[in-house]
Amino acid sequence: MRSGFPLYAAMVAGLLILATTPLYADNYVVRTAAIVAMYGALATSWNFIGGFTGYPSFSTAAFFGLGAYVGAICQRNGIPMGLAWAIATVTVAGFAALLGGIILRLRGHYFAIGSIAVVELCRLVVSSWSSLTGGGDGLNLPLMAWPPEQLMRFFLFVMLGILLASLIATILVDRSRLGFGLRCIHQNEDAAAMVGINTTAYKIAAYTLSAMFCATAGAAYASWTGYIDPTDSFQIVMTVKVVVMALLGGAGTILGPALGAAAFVLLEELFWANFLDWNRAILGVVIVLLIFFLPGGLLSLGVLRRLRAATGSAKAEGGK
Amino acid sequence: MITPTIQPILCLDGVSKQFGGLNALTDVSFSLNEGEVVGLIGPNGAGKTTLVNVVTGNLRRSSGRILFKSEDVGLQKPYQAARRGLARTFQIVQPFPAMTVLENVTAGALFGAGAGSLGDARDMAMQSLEFVGLDGLADRPAANLALAARKRLELAKSLAMNPKVLMLDEVNAGLNSSEIDGALALIRRIAERGVTVLIIEHLMKVVLSLSKRLLVLHYGQLIADGPSAEIVADERVIEAYLGAKFAARLKELNHG
Repeated sequence: MRSGFPLYAAMVAGLLILATTPLYADNYVVRTAAIVAMYGALATSWNFIGGFTGYPSFSTAAFFGLGAYVGAICQRNGIPMGLAWAIATVTVAGFAALLGGIILRLRGHYFAIGSIAVVELCRLVVSSWSSLTGGGDGLNLPLMAWPPEQLMRFFLFVMLGILLASLIATILVDRSRLGFGLRCIHQNEDAAAMVGINTTAYKIAAYTLSAMFCATAGAAYASWTGYIDPTDSFQIVMTVKVVVMALLGGAGTILGPALGAAAFVLLEELFWANFLDWNRAILGVVIVLLIFFLPGGLLSLGVLRRLRAATGSAKAEGGK
Repeated sequence: MITPTIQPILCLDGVSKQFGGLNALTDVSFSLNEGEVVGLIGPNGAGKTTLVNVVTGNLRRSSGRILFKSEDVGLQKPYQAARRGLARTFQIVQPFPAMTVLENVTAGALFGAGAGSLGDARDMAMQSLEFVGLDGLADRPAANLALAARKRLELAKSLAMNPKVLMLDEVNAGLNSSEIDGALALIRRIAERGVTVLIIEHLMKVVLSLSKRLLVLHYGQLIADGPSAEIVADERVIEAYLGAKFAARLKELNHG
């Protein structure tokens, strides 16, 4: 069993740091905090399928974009914002469950390619279906007539709420039969079936969980920006970023993906601000270095130290 | 032979399996009675592993019926076979490498035997580990075990699933002779618990010391089914599998 206390303490501290930014920082910092929370939620969601189950999914942007569109269409038809987000979440979760039944038959690289295709396919359908989605013109959402500070603060808390929900779901899954089964599938899918795990159902559950919070975040993002279009909503770059964040922090751990998201967003901001011409190249080098020299992610540093301490004390107790 | 009062627990009725034009199994019929220990032998490529794969749903039979407790299970998926109590070990061991030995076995208890909670599953797993003598290595990662211990781990995992029928696919392959003796004692104790065991083996010593009844596969066909002593004297089996030399030695032993 993992010890719970340091985990919860780190989680609460991280959320508090983000939540208190409006008290002492300007709108730029608050906006960055909201973006950190949003990507944190996306990376934590990806962790269900990519981290626990070991299926390299690149569908994040599809779920995010579909969530944005379902939410936007609901809101344009007079459905209140909160309800629109809920509808987006449920619809996209249903979509992921149906889709999962098909593409989760693929494994490894084939699954990765299939899941990327989902993003492109969604983008093409959304941009062609002009009568519903406005096609390439995009969709305007009802504007919120709030002062910028208030608006910023509101969406910071919304994104933090989604992040918290995804983290709580992660903790629950980690401690349940589902989480154990997913880890078994990750290790050896055939052996998992042979001990009685309904691997198909478990993988679909993980894929659906990975879609849900992305959809909520997408719908909230649409309400926040007030305008969405297909190229912006279904970005392959976003899909790749989220995977890199999760790997950076530590895939398969509870807090790793959120931590990775924070590190990535901050690095990205730093390089944008200081090296306008070279920022992408520098970011690329940093990522390659991190993955080469820290394949377990940032979290593995602390975990290793704790493990060493734990085994050291166990040996002392055993006295052999 | 089979007495009518004993209910067969697993029954194959005319089971065939084709891979394209290749007949891996042709019209195989036999039944296993509850609590029996039966050996399945045959030369390389005879279809022994295919037979196990068909029974546990890893492969779908092309025709015929597979009855488990009189229920047709020919279309089941591997996880359903596991939950019904049809457990197997693989010729090439299949652990969850990064998990500990205890976690590996806990998976069997939790999903296969349907333990109520993780805690219950862990207790059941510990019992299985004690039974096979691996309790001292419970906290080791499965990847660190030597081959003999990995084979025991496979056994412990299958046992934690509370199986009715246990199919052992070459559990002794790659073990040295003292390790084999240990494994034999273990399989005997498993059979004593009332588990029906089907042993797939190359080593005649192993099969003959464990099972009173033998099945012989040759080119996908069941060419013999009966008491071990009769089978090893059967002309066709000798021709197909044992070779004349072994048979002659055996005759000398029996008559000498």
